[in-house]
Amino acid sequence: MATEVGPTPVKAPASGGTPIHHGPKGVGEDNQILSQGKWASWLLAPTIIALGIVIVYPIISAIVMSFQKDAGLDPATGLFTAGGPAGVQNYVNWIAQQCAAPAGGTVACPPGTLGAQFWSATATTFFFTVVTVAFETVLGFWMAMIMARTFKGRSLVRAAVLVPWAIPTAVTAKLWFFIFAFEGIANQLFNTTILWTGSEWPAKWAVIIADVWKTTPFMALLILAGLQMIPAEVYEAAKVDGASAWQRFRMITLPLVKPALMVAILFRTLDALRMFDLPYILTGGANNTTTLSILVINQIRQGFNSAAALSTITFIIIFLVAFIFVRFLGANVVEQSGATGKGKK
Amino acid sequence: MTAATTELRAQQDRGRKAAQNREKWSQGRTYISAAVILIWCLAPAYWMVVTAFRDVGFTYDTSILPSHVTLDNFNTAFDTSFGNRFGQALLNSVFIGGVVTLVSLLIGVFAAYALARLNFRFKYLVLGFILGASMFPGVALITPLFQLFTNIGWMGTYQALIIPNISFVLPLTVYTMTSFFREMPWELEESARVDGCTQGQAFRKVIMPLAAPAIFTTAILAFISSWNEFLIASQLSSDATQPVTVAIANFAGAQPNQIPYTAIMAAGTIVTIPLVILVLVFQRKIVAGLTAGAVK
Amino acid sequence: MKTPKFLLPVATAGILALTLSACGGGGGGGGTQAGGGDAAAGLDGRGPITYVQGKDNSNVVRPLVAKWNAAHPNEKVTFKEQTDQADQQHDDIVQHFQAKDAGYDVVDVDVVWTAEFAAKGWLQPLKDKMAIDTSAMLKPTVDSGTYKGTLYAAPQTSDGALLYYRKDLVPTPPKTWDEMMSMCSIAKKNNIGCYAGQFSKYEGLTVNASEAINSAGGSVLDKDGKPSLNTPEAKAGLENLAKAYADGNIPKEGITFQEELSRQAFQSGKLLFLRNWPYVYNLATTEGSSAVKDKLGIAPIPGATGAGASSLGGHNLAVSVYSKNKATALDFLKFMTSEESEKFYATQGSLAPVLGSLYTDKDLVAKLPYLPVLKTSIENAVPRPVTPFYPAVTKAIQENAYSAIKGEKPVDTALSDMQKSIESAGAGS
Repeated sequence: MATEVGPTPVKAPASGGTPIHHGPKGVGEDNQILSQGKWASWLLAPTIIALGIVIVYPIISAIVMSFQKDAGLDPATGLFTAGGPAGVQNYVNWIAQQCAAPAGGTVACPPGTLGAQFWSATATTFFFTVVTVAFETVLGFWMAMIMARTFKGRSLVRAAVLVPWAIPTAVTAKLWFFIFAFEGIANQLFNTTILWTGSEWPAKWAVIIADVWKTTPFMALLILAGLQMIPAEVYEAAKVDGASAWQRFRMITLPLVKPALMVAILFRTLDALRMFDLPYILTGGANNTTTLSILVINQIRQGFNSAAALSTITFIIIFLVAFIFVRFLGANVVEQSGATGKGKK
Repeated sequence: MTAATTELRAQQDRGRKAAQNREKWSQGRTYISAAVILIWCLAPAYWMVVTAFRDVGFTYDTSILPSHVTLDNFNTAFDTSFGNRFGQALLNSVFIGGVVTLVSLLIGVFAAYALARLNFRFKYLVLGFILGASMFPGVALITPLFQLFTNIGWMGTYQALIIPNISFVLPLTVYTMTSFFREMPWELEESARVDGCTQGQAFRKVIMPLAAPAIFTTAILAFISSWNEFLIASQLSSDATQPVTVAIANFAGAQPNQIPYTAIMAAGTIVTIPLVILVLVFQRKIVAGLTAGAVK
Repeated sequence: MKTPKFLLPVATAGILALTLSACGGGGGGGGTQAGGGDAAAGLDGRGPITYVQGKDNSNVVRPLVAKWNAAHPNEKVTFKEQTDQADQQHDDIVQHFQAKDAGYDVVDVDVVWTAEFAAKGWLQPLKDKMAIDTSAMLKPTVDSGTYKGTLYAAPQTSDGALLYYRKDLVPTPPKTWDEMMSMCSIAKKNNIGCYAGQFSKYEGLTVNASEAINSAGGSVLDKDGKPSLNTPEAKAGLENLAKAYADGNIPKEGITFQEELSRQAFQSGKLLFLRNWPYVYNLATTEGSSAVKDKLGIAPIPGATGAGASSLGGHNLAVSVYSKNKATALDFLKFMTSEESEKFYATQGSLAPVLGSLYTDKDLVAKLPYLPVLKTSIENAVPRPVTPFYPAVTKAIQENAYSAIKGEKPVDTALSDMQKSIESAGAGS
C-alpha cells in the first residue's frame, strides 16, 4: 500500500496562511511562507513572462483596437480614412446583430453580412463543443483502458492510437474533405448518396466525425497517463474484497483518474470552443457550420477592429465556460484530492 | 483421500477453470476492442497512404485496394526544383518541436512544482492567468503578433516560431504537470531529505522518476501540438524556416486551380512516420508504473 | 506578508512597455492610414527589389527573374513566393502593407483586390512618372487594374470562363442559356448530369453567380459602386441557376463543387456541360483517368441572347507605395508585361496573356487551342464587383446565392438581402 492516509485536503487560502508541513508555529513559519513566496516567484517567472509577451500583449492590443471604429470610405477621394473611437459600439453591434445603415445609424443585419451570424455561430460552436468533447471523452477513456491492459501487440495499438493526432491538421482536413466528397470513399463504402458538405446535418456530422477522429488520441493519452498512476495493489485489494468490475471502475478508477480527466476535458473544451481549422477547410463554414473563430477570420478581412471586438466577446464566453467548469464541475487542479489512499471521494 | 477432499479438489478445479475461462473471455474482449480501435484509428490513415501511392491522374479513384501504384507523389513532395522545401521543412518542424518541448517542459515543471507544492498569495490568480491564456481565439492573435515581430525584427526567424509555440503549449503543460504533482507521494521526498538530500536532489532523484509518465505524456502533447501548429507559422515563418504544415499548404498542382491531393497525402504519410517511431520508442516510458513499493 | 507582489507588477509593467513601443511602431491594424505622402517618395529610387507572387506552379517566374537579374546586376529582383491559396496570399499582403513593410516592392495582386488595396492607399498610382502603356492590352484587363479612373496595377495575366461540352453528344454548343437548358434532355437520356459550375460556398460561387447575373444583362454594382440587384435582369440571372438546381439540371452534388470536383465530374463523363477555367483543357485531354479525352469541345459561356459575360480572372502587378526603389519597380513591371514575357507565360504556364495580338499568334494557338474562344470570353468579360469592400461584398453574394440555389429562399428575397448587405458594407463608418 502506497500510503494509508495522505495529507488532509488543504485549500490553499487566498491570503497565504497554513503551510503544508506541520511544524512549530512562530517566527520560523513566517520565514517559511516568505521563502515559499520567493521560491514561487522565481519558479513561475518564466511562465508568466512567456505568456505575457506572446498572449497578453496581443490580447491587450486587440482589446484596445476593439474600441475603435473600422476605417470608413471617404466618398470624395475613394480612400479609406481612420474610423475614430467607437466606444462599445462594436460590441453592441455584434451582440444585437446590428449593422451600419446607409443613412446613418444601425439596422438589423441582413442575411449575407457577418453580423447576422453571431448568434448562430455561437450556437454552432457550443453544439460542436458539447458533442465532440462528449464523444472524445467516452472514446478516449475506453481507448485508455484498453491501452492500459497487457496484451500482445499493445505497443502497436498505442502507436496506432496516436496516428490520427500526429498527422498535421492541414493534411487531415484535406483528407476528410476528400473522403466526404460526393463521389468520395465514404459514399462509396457505405453505398450512400449523402451530400456531406452540402447540407446542414451531414455537414455538422462530417465536422464532428473528423474532429473526433483527430483529437480522441489527446484525451486517450492524458487519461492513460492518469490510469498509470493508480497502483495495481489498489485493484488487487478491491478484487480480494469482492468488488465487481463495474464497482472497481466506479470507486477506484474514476476518482483516481479524475485529476487527469478533468485537465483533459477542460483543455479540450477550451480548444473546441476555438475550433477553426477543420470546419473551415471541410465546409468553409457553410450550412451552419460557422464557428466563432471562422467568423473572426472572416471579419478580419472586412475590418480588424470589429474582429477584435468579436474575439474579445469570444474570450469572455470561453472564460465563463471555464469558470463554470472549475467552480461547479470540480476541475480543481489545485486542490489535493487526498486520494492516494483508498480513494473514496 | 476422503470423498470430501476429492470433492473439495474438484470444486477448486472447477473454480480455477471458470476463472481461466473468464480470463480468456476477458482477453478475447480486449483483443476485439484493440482490433476495433486499430480499425477506427487507421482506416482514414490507410486511405491517405493508398492515395499517396496513387497516380495523380487517378486521384479520385475509389478502389479500396491500391491501384495505379507509383512513387511519383513522394518524388513530387521532395522535389526542390520549384521552390518546394519539404525536406528542409521537415527538419525545421523537428527542430522547432524539439526546442518547444524541452523548454516548455522545463518551464512547466518549475511552474508546476510551485503551484503544486508551495503556498503563496495570488496562487489562484496565477492559475487563472495561465488558463486564461488558452481562452483567446488564436486567429485574432496573428495580426498583433505579426506587428510585434516585425517591429523587433524577428520576422522569419526560428525564435519567432518557437516562442509563440511555447506560449501556446505552456498552459496545458503547466496544468497537466500540476495535477500530477498534486498526486505525488511527497512523503518520499521528505524521507529522502531526512536521509540527507537537499530539496533539489530529493526532487531530482526521487520525484522525477515517479513523474516520468506525466513528463513523457506532456512531452508528446507538447511536441505534437507544436507539430500541428499552422496559423502562426504561416504568418511568421520565411522560406527557410517554414515548418512542415506551411510547406504542405504550399503544395501546388501542376496547373493553377489544381489541388495536388496525392502529393499532399504523400507528404502526410512521410510526416507521420517519424512520429510513429518516436512514440513506439517512448511508449514504454509513458506507462512506467508507480513504484509504490518505495514507501513500504 | 511578503508574497510575490513584485511579480505581477513587473509583468504588467513589462507588458505595458511592450504595448507602447509596439503601438508607436506598427500602429493599430485595420489599414486606416492613407499613404498619400508615401506615394511621392522613392520615385527615382533604383536598387534591388523584391517581387511577391503566389505559388509559381509552372515555373514561369523563376526563369524570367533570372533573365532580368542577368541584365540588371545592380537592380536584382528577389522572388518571394507565397502559398497557393488566394485567401492566404491576400492576408499575407495585407499584413505586410499594414506594417508599412518596404520589403514588398512589386506585388502580384488578384484582379479583385485592386480596389481594396488602392483605397487603403497601399498601391502606387501608375501615372505621370510611373505611367505604363496599356493600349495593346485587352480592355477588361485594364479596367480590372483601375480604381476611380487611375491605373493602380498593370495587367499581367488574364483568365476567363469556358464552357466545356461533350461534342460526341452535342455537336454544336448552345449559344444561350435557354438553349443549353433545352439540351438537358440529351443528358437525361444518357443518364448523366446536365450542367455544373462551382456552387460551393466560396469565391467560386461569387464568380458563377456574378456570371449568371451579368450574362442575363444585370449587374451586381452600378458604375458608382452601389448595388443594383433589384432589377428584372439580375433576377432572371439568379433564377436561371435556382431553377436549374431545382429541376435537377444541375445535379444535387453540384452544390459541393469547387473547381476540382466539377472537373472530376466532367472528366469521368458525368456531365454534359461544364463551366470552368481553361486549366481543365490540358488535364481533361491528357490525364489517364479522363473518360472524355477526345470527346470534349469548348465554347464561350452562354448568355441571354448570345455569348455570356464571363467573370474576369487573372492577376495584375502593382507597386507598393512603401517601396524605396520605384524606378526599378516600374522597369521590372514593364519587363514582366512585355510581349516576350507574355508569350512565355502562355507557352510555359498556359496562362492567358493580356496582349490582344497574342491571341492570334500561331505558335500559341497551336499549344493552347482554346485561345480564340478564350479571347471572346475575355473581351466580353465583366469583372466581379469593383469595390474597396470586396471581402464583404463577396460574402454577401455567396451567402445569398447559396441559399437561393438550394431553394432555401426565393430569388427575390435573396437578391434583396444581397442588396441590403452590400449597402450595409459600404455604409460602415
